[in-house]
Amino acid sequence: MQAEDVPLLPRGVRCHFDTVRKVDVLLGPERVLMLDQIGLAILQRTDGEASIAQISDDLAQTYEAEREVIEPDVIAYLQDLRERGFVHVRSA
Amino acid sequence: MCAAPNPPMAMLAELTHRCPLACPYCSNPTELAAKETELSTETWADVFRQAADLGVLQLHLSGGEPASRSDLVELVIAAREAGLYTNLITSGIGLNERRLRALDDAGLDHVQLSLQGITAEMADRIGGYTGGFKRKMHVAELIDQIGFPLTLNAVMHRENLDDLPATIEMALRLNARRIEIACVQFQGWALTNRAALQPRAEQVVEAKRTVAEAVERLRGQLVIDFVPPDYYSDYPKACMNGWGSTGLNVSPDGTVLPCHAAAIIPGLEFDQVQARPLRDIWYDGPAFNAFRGTDWMPELCQGCERRDIDFGGCRCQAMAILGDATAPDPVCRKSPGRATLDALLAEDRQGVEAPEYVYRR
Repeated sequence: MQAEDVPLLPRGVRCHFDTVRKVDVLLGPERVLMLDQIGLAILQRTDGEASIAQISDDLAQTYEAEREVIEPDVIAYLQDLRERGFVHVRSA
Repeated sequence: MCAAPNPPMAMLAELTHRCPLACPYCSNPTELAAKETELSTETWADVFRQAADLGVLQLHLSGGEPASRSDLVELVIAAREAGLYTNLITSGIGLNERRLRALDDAGLDHVQLSLQGITAEMADRIGGYTGGFKRKMHVAELIDQIGFPLTLNAVMHRENLDDLPATIEMALRLNARRIEIACVQFQGWALTNRAALQPRAEQVVEAKRTVAEAVERLRGQLVIDFVPPDYYSDYPKACMNGWGSTGLNVSPDGTVLPCHAAAIIPGLEFDQVQARPLRDIWYDGPAFNAFRGTDWMPELCQGCERRDIDFGGCRCQAMAILGDATAPDPVCRKSPGRATLDALLAEDRQGVEAPEYVYRR
């Protein structure tokens, strides 16, 4: 995946707050992923409109962090979710 | 048990044992629950709410053929109202456009469609149901049109394992997001047909090669999960990810099982949802505590570095092959029971021509 790619959560994948375990989870076809704060922050910005670059800009601003550090992390995170079927990429 | 068990993540609701297919590999018990004993719509809806309160996130609606229940749409509505991620495990028989659109409106999250073969000739022969393949392909098209995420569950064995590359291609053609290449596990009825279904050693080698190649080639396009034929494995499967650790199973008549084959283990005491709250069954039910954690394990498993990887394997397989549910899974190369399993495998492989199937009717 690249900075200009636009990630999205396809139908059948959604964030959910698990009230029993008190944790945010990502639910998908026959898979559950427990989300940490960083994962949740990325997925909250994965709206099918924003590119990885834009998501990274927003995260850098919100968390006052180095953008150059954030973007590769965002790419790696979304790439991993894509391989597990949680994330799709909108074709440009 | 030292630590308290975790809440369950997943529940398999076997809505009915009725099924139009007669697959020789059926893993359901040899004794099926009759229609008259099936739970009502209201009871299932209550069980779904209890499951969600208990911590279940994913609900698998299975059977038998869940579409054989006339109240399937109502059950999906109830499951979604309870907040559960709802997956329908079906052969497609009993679904049509009207019903699928109603399931869509009800909020069904995902469909897992079983596949018996890639041609009508093969699939209808395995399923024992003429015309089934054609109907299934039509259902697959409708699933794609509506936009349900689709997993193709390809049940593989001696007769169709050579078709694996074409099976993966079919998953792509049907726009499936995921394929589960499920080599037959010998539980329930499938044991009756073990010799006919057991793949040959060279088929297994080739299948593993095909899977490894496809995983690389289709990364990001198709999720591929492979369930190997475990008689050929060195170590047992992590059955249920550990007994009473992650999932539970409710039979058509309301019996709650730690796994769907557990009823074959003598001496286990099972609760029913009609008689006891699901929470009590999960935490305190005698069947769930029978093999929970590591205390029950024989020394061989207790001291093994794989103890927390495969949890001693499958209790039902130890029971079926060795007559002792507390023994290490006989698949394990370290297990004394492996010799018994190897003898069965050698027997299965002797026949050049596979024996005829005993259909489940």
